[in-house]
Amino acid sequence: MTAPSRIVFEYAAHDDLVGALRRVRAEGYSHVEVYTPFPSDEIDEELPGPPTPVGAVMLLGGVIGGCGAYFMEWYAAHDYPYNSGGRPLNSWPAFIPVTFELTVLCSAIFGLLGLLWLCRLPRLDHPLFSLPQFIRASQDRFFLAIRTDDPRFTPLGLERLLEDSHPLSKQEVTS
Amino acid sequence: MPESRYNQPTVPPSAEPLVGPGETMERINATISRVPLTHPAPRFWWIGFGIAFVLVLVLLTAVSWLFLKGVGIWGINIPVAWGFAITNFVWWIGIGHAGTFISAFLLLLHQHWRTSINRMTEAMTLFAVACAGMFPLLHLGRPQYFYWLLPYPDTMGLWPQWRSPLVWDVFAVSTYFTVSLIFWYIGLIPDLAVMRDRAPTLLRRRIYGILSLGWRGDGRHWRHYEKAYLILAGLATPLVVSVHSVVGMDFAVAIVPGWHSTIFPPYFVAGAIFSGFAMVLTITIPLRAVYGLKHYITDRHLELMAKILMATGWIVAYGYFSEFFMAWISGDTFERYIPINRATGAYWPEYWTLVICNVLVPQALWWRRIRRTPALLFVISLLVNVGMWVERYVIVVTSLHRDFVPSSWGMFSGTRWDWATFIGSVGLFFALMYLFVRYIPSISITEMKRMVVTGEETE
Repeated sequence: MTAPSRIVFEYAAHDDLVGALRRVRAEGYSHVEVYTPFPSDEIDEELPGPPTPVGAVMLLGGVIGGCGAYFMEWYAAHDYPYNSGGRPLNSWPAFIPVTFELTVLCSAIFGLLGLLWLCRLPRLDHPLFSLPQFIRASQDRFFLAIRTDDPRFTPLGLERLLEDSHPLSKQEVTS
Repeated sequence: MPESRYNQPTVPPSAEPLVGPGETMERINATISRVPLTHPAPRFWWIGFGIAFVLVLVLLTAVSWLFLKGVGIWGINIPVAWGFAITNFVWWIGIGHAGTFISAFLLLLHQHWRTSINRMTEAMTLFAVACAGMFPLLHLGRPQYFYWLLPYPDTMGLWPQWRSPLVWDVFAVSTYFTVSLIFWYIGLIPDLAVMRDRAPTLLRRRIYGILSLGWRGDGRHWRHYEKAYLILAGLATPLVVSVHSVVGMDFAVAIVPGWHSTIFPPYFVAGAIFSGFAMVLTITIPLRAVYGLKHYITDRHLELMAKILMATGWIVAYGYFSEFFMAWISGDTFERYIPINRATGAYWPEYWTLVICNVLVPQALWWRRIRRTPALLFVISLLVNVGMWVERYVIVVTSLHRDFVPSSWGMFSGTRWDWATFIGSVGLFFALMYLFVRYIPSISITEMKRMVVTGEETE
């Protein structure tokens, strides 16, 4: 399967991008991408797509880390039984600190790896990087990209829809 | 709604903005990335880094000699077996705590003034924890066996003693370092992309490009990113409390008079944030002056930090008071002797130094004029740093040197190798800070831009 090309609009201001994004969403476009120098709640509300599962991934990491840590302590305490002041082998209050630390540790590691996996990073090459003005997507420009495999996409329709949204440039990026 | 504000006759004093006037996205990019890309003020950097690097060499010498001769080169002996190493460990870990407090706790509380200092303070956390983690290992005596602290199925059939806070410490400190690193790096990824796209040479573009993992600011990526960052902040906040609590319990589970107290974990956490904010001020005041960052780290930022310094200083002072009170109300001869010995015994100069530096000096911050004068704040922050180091020294040494049986009493004083290791760790910390400032944007460019453009967070 060949990847679809994108029509990329460049905007100078955050609010211009939000306006354009609202317009394409109202028309029912769903294969829409935005590229911005910083995250924005307004853009996130308009952007299609499911909510992020990164929280669930981190919860999973925490559960694995916590249960694993407690099991390790329980196992070690029984594998090498040691009477410390008459305390039971399964001295659960004393086992909590390490359990807590490893819960946090595994959750954070799952968070980092989950974030990279969900974003499909590291990926040093991307078709958009071939666009000369895209270098400012990290600086001070806001980009809207409509994929041509969008079921609502027609070149003329998109042109009409966004012609008065004040884009600084419009380019097609093939991949 | 800027107009409506002018219509109101009374404006609360907090309306002073957190960003200087006339900031645009491109100006933020240029001002902050200028420091790593063009290396302004090279004389300041080379002299500062040079001094720090000489101290790193001192540290390497001291540690090499330690490995050759053993811990006998330090002043430690029975009864005072903990000495400088544990003092330094507790002090450095504490300094790290303010970084996490600023980056995680204040994020959750929507304290937007954290934005311009969180990057720097997270770096401070990492380097301080690196310095801290060194000392327990050096103190082991046989540091080559440090891995016995880790749980692994060894041929001796032994496991770590899970009921011991010293084992908790291993997990707490290594988790703290790793989570701080992850949190710092995730926050850094978009800024590394900014640097990639501004770097003047191909080599630097490639280095920053690889480090930024090919970040391109995709809206869906931001969605994952923001959630992960927020949850990490939520994890780091209880973590920071747990780490110094565990350090406090290293002392509190012992039956040594002056240590055996339930106040230790919270008292240590408050002291940690107190000393950490002092170090943040020590670092930010010269940095913002040298690199022209006063539009981002404003006088208001310094004032807010000074207020936290004073508030945590009072918590610490309360801790000192309650130590006296608990000793008195316990009715225990040995517990009652400890505070009297601290104030009037052999270590009275150290004790009164800590009282002056940690209790009296921060009271100057009641005056707004002083909170608003960076030079004075800088001096106060240095005195608090000294005071907190001496506090840890007094806790470690005075309790051990006078325990239950007079026949086991003794004295401690640091040798030149103790001092060389301590001063060397200060050098290591500042050398790492200098390298950080030289190669990495020391303020979050991404968050500053968001603050300026969306506007609602600038107050």
